[in-house]
Amino acid sequence: MAAKLANGETTSVALTQAHLERIKTVDSDVHAFLFVDNEGALKQAAEVDAKRAAGEKLAPLAGVPLALKDVMTQKGIPTTAGSKILEGWRPPYDSTVVAKLKANDIVILGKTNMDEFAMGSSTENSAYGPTHNPWDLTRIPGGSGGGSSAALAAFEAPLAIGTDTGGSIRQPAAVTGTVGVKPTYGAVSRYGLIAFSSSLDQAGPCARTVLDAALLHEAIAGHDPKDSTSINAPVSQVVAAAKSGDVKGMKIGVVKELNGDGYQSGVRTRFEESLELLAAAGAEIVEVSAPNFEYALAAYYLIAPSECSSNLARFDAMRYGLRVGDVDGASAESVMNLTREVGFGREVKRRIILGTYALSSGYYDAYYGSAQKVRTLITQDFNKAFEKCDVMVSPTCPTTAFKIGEKSNDPIAMYLNDIATIPVNMAGIGGMSLPAGLAPEDGLPVGFQIMSPAMQDQRMYLVGAALEAALLSKWGAPLLSQAPALTGK
Amino acid sequence: MALSYDDVIAKYEPVLGLEVHVELNTKSKMFCGCSTIFGGEPNTQTCPVCLALPGALPTVNEKAIESTIKIGLALNCSIAPFSRFARKNYFYPDMPKNFQISQYDEPICVNGYVDVEIETDEGPKSFRIEIERVHMEEDTGKSLHVGGATGRIHGAEYSLLDYNRAGIPLVEIVTKIVPGTGKYAPEVAKAYVAELRDVLRSLGVSDVKMEQGSLRCDANVSLRLIGAQTLGTRSETKNVNSLRSVERAIRGEMIRHAELLNKGERVVQETRHFQEDTGLTRSGRSKEQAEDYRYFPEPDLVPVAPDAAWIETLRAGLPERPSIHRKRLQEAWSVPDKEMAAMINADVLNIVEATVNLGADPTKARSWWLGEISRIANEKNVAITELAISAADVAEIVALVNAGELTDKLARQVVEGVIAGEGKPAEVISKRGIKVVNDDGALMAAIEKVCAEQPETAEKIRNGHLPAAGALIGAVMKETKGQADAARVRELLLGHLGQV
Repeated sequence: MAAKLANGETTSVALTQAHLERIKTVDSDVHAFLFVDNEGALKQAAEVDAKRAAGEKLAPLAGVPLALKDVMTQKGIPTTAGSKILEGWRPPYDSTVVAKLKANDIVILGKTNMDEFAMGSSTENSAYGPTHNPWDLTRIPGGSGGGSSAALAAFEAPLAIGTDTGGSIRQPAAVTGTVGVKPTYGAVSRYGLIAFSSSLDQAGPCARTVLDAALLHEAIAGHDPKDSTSINAPVSQVVAAAKSGDVKGMKIGVVKELNGDGYQSGVRTRFEESLELLAAAGAEIVEVSAPNFEYALAAYYLIAPSECSSNLARFDAMRYGLRVGDVDGASAESVMNLTREVGFGREVKRRIILGTYALSSGYYDAYYGSAQKVRTLITQDFNKAFEKCDVMVSPTCPTTAFKIGEKSNDPIAMYLNDIATIPVNMAGIGGMSLPAGLAPEDGLPVGFQIMSPAMQDQRMYLVGAALEAALLSKWGAPLLSQAPALTGK
Repeated sequence: MALSYDDVIAKYEPVLGLEVHVELNTKSKMFCGCSTIFGGEPNTQTCPVCLALPGALPTVNEKAIESTIKIGLALNCSIAPFSRFARKNYFYPDMPKNFQISQYDEPICVNGYVDVEIETDEGPKSFRIEIERVHMEEDTGKSLHVGGATGRIHGAEYSLLDYNRAGIPLVEIVTKIVPGTGKYAPEVAKAYVAELRDVLRSLGVSDVKMEQGSLRCDANVSLRLIGAQTLGTRSETKNVNSLRSVERAIRGEMIRHAELLNKGERVVQETRHFQEDTGLTRSGRSKEQAEDYRYFPEPDLVPVAPDAAWIETLRAGLPERPSIHRKRLQEAWSVPDKEMAAMINADVLNIVEATVNLGADPTKARSWWLGEISRIANEKNVAITELAISAADVAEIVALVNAGELTDKLARQVVEGVIAGEGKPAEVISKRGIKVVNDDGALMAAIEKVCAEQPETAEKIRNGHLPAAGALIGAVMKETKGQADAARVRELLLGHLGQV
């Protein structure tokens, strides 16, 4: 699309218009969007076209439309983070990611659906109803960023922004047959990202190809003085890596612990097949072990809720969003209580309670303190493994997309879906998921995860591009061409 | 029947613990770029960060770290090579994030001390106050509870919130427990807070205005029987807004505790609020059940790891310690101890020094500030620094007196005019038409007139009875509306009556 825009075959207005129409047609089926900014998107597109007509030098993705996860603030545009408690709030400021998108003339179509405050693996926890997987509308699109990935798979947008705290970019990418990248922690500014778990949250690109993801990655990455935890170093050369795709001599470490029992057979088949293709492309496949990964999930479910119990304290009905029970004589305390009762969903309340408990005096050392130690051990596991290989790989998730409602009453089963993605967040390193094909038994997409050391994000793009090219020549067409047509109701 | 203070100290030993909060005078807030100026329209000095809008992140004000390190160094603390911010979680409507970014188990400065000297029955005595920690945190917003009798949240009809103060950098200075001060506990506490204030002022890191809340003291007091080892239950008195209140609050709490203990009752561990009007404290929040703040390291901020070389640069740039500075001034000005103490007590030392630096004689500068100007400040019940008269004004007035262009009496009128807002000394002089009559002709005319009016007195003087001159000099001064130089009048009068 960027090439066609550059050589004048199409205009940003035409592209944007086409995507807005596609959204109008299919989003009643998919429900990927919470808000579509028709006017704003077309206005932005017209401005890019005018700049191009005036001969201005434009960024590589200028004029290409994008879907923004609703967890990112955009000035004047409703931003809910999938929660009732923020209903009606229009932020008075742009997140750094949005500022960078605008500076790159990327057209923002609207805000995509997500699990409330990014807590979930299915987008079923959105206060505004679930998103449906374009491959099978009865199934989940993954989460928390199900809206962004579903929008890509349903051709409602060619690019999207996600955020990944425990797999919220990669797992949805895996189950929708799209590409999703969680960059190294600190590579993309968190300023304006409504926090779930500050030490784990990381925004990243979602796209249909590895190169698209790389172009978007470079557009949004970079040091931001407004985010103390952002890395003050040059952005990894991910576009060059995605264009090269040369893996000759690279060592690819298969994580022993992230394969085997509990992994669906079709997931394993596609994973093994991908390894063969990478070996054929000249990479060396080695086995690595990460013995502490088995504690990652438990530690994650202490750290993330602890941080969220504090991050979400600000939603008190005093300054913005929902306010319930503000009648004559009502105390501030009662307004706060009523607003939270109505405004927060079950999963959010569950995690706030969990986190509040884990941080309580007397329990802190046993819970939060121990979880931080596990985190250090996981980082050490990665460091040791990366002495033996350049990247590590695993299936992105143990299974393909499950049915909507299937795991709603079993939080542990839901949490287990992120078992392979969480270690990456715990260590703050980079992770990518790209499509590895369809599971033979159910015909649903399987994701292949690549993990690269901190600040070496280009490595996963090298491997991703190599695998993508090998699979494409095998399939003859992109995987998404096999997705069922959507017609709208 | 109330116990006397002497009864209390005969039986009990007080143990103190002092927490002082200092607002730093950085231009911007602790974690965002908003202005810190006092007194702005409500909520005009705010942004997404200090309003805690969703998605906003804090970033550390480097200047605040520098100020805190300077404070730590001046208080003889070690500066931690690695310290961290932590979240202190609790709810209050004026705290936008519903947690305060503070420091917990890894503060930036630890283990210091301050020596203070007070006057005791056995002469001056020095007490060492050990500092446990100095750490950084952010201030909360302000609530204004409208309606209800007490101005407190309970019973109020509604509350207004002003977030201008939210995020102002605060430094908290916490002492270790301070035993061994005996009956001097209130004076030692007062001297400690005064010393801190002077040190902070000399560092230029804070306005240290207790009345505006830029320096606030929480006083922890407990009593134990003399000779006992275990500590008694403490109370924590807040809202202590002046040096005098520090002393009164501690004395009051000591008596209150002793009364309870004597009756066999127990002291409740709680926060108490000092009442300026009565000098008593009233019960606040009970701390019997320790509040659980669920501290954990602030994940939005990276640890503070100040460079050792930078710390040494800051150390080398520290100003002279106020106590040493005072000794030096005392010697240079040859001021007796009592006078020096009077200046310190009246809080005029700095302004006297400034006046002297502008050329005034130390004795004259001191007598103006400690005398006439202090008197006016007391009369108006304001701090001397709030009067509209500066060191430069006083230096100018002293110079005019020296040059014979003002008499002491006229100079007092000028001072009064300057304070009344009539302008600088020169303007006051011209507006009020103040001038010394030093035209001998005019004076002689007045003298002749007065002698003619009071011939008998004049005759006495002619006969050598000099004490009688006073009456005639007074009459001449009256005749010249006080604008004559009395010494010159005396000279001319005695000459006229043949006594020279």
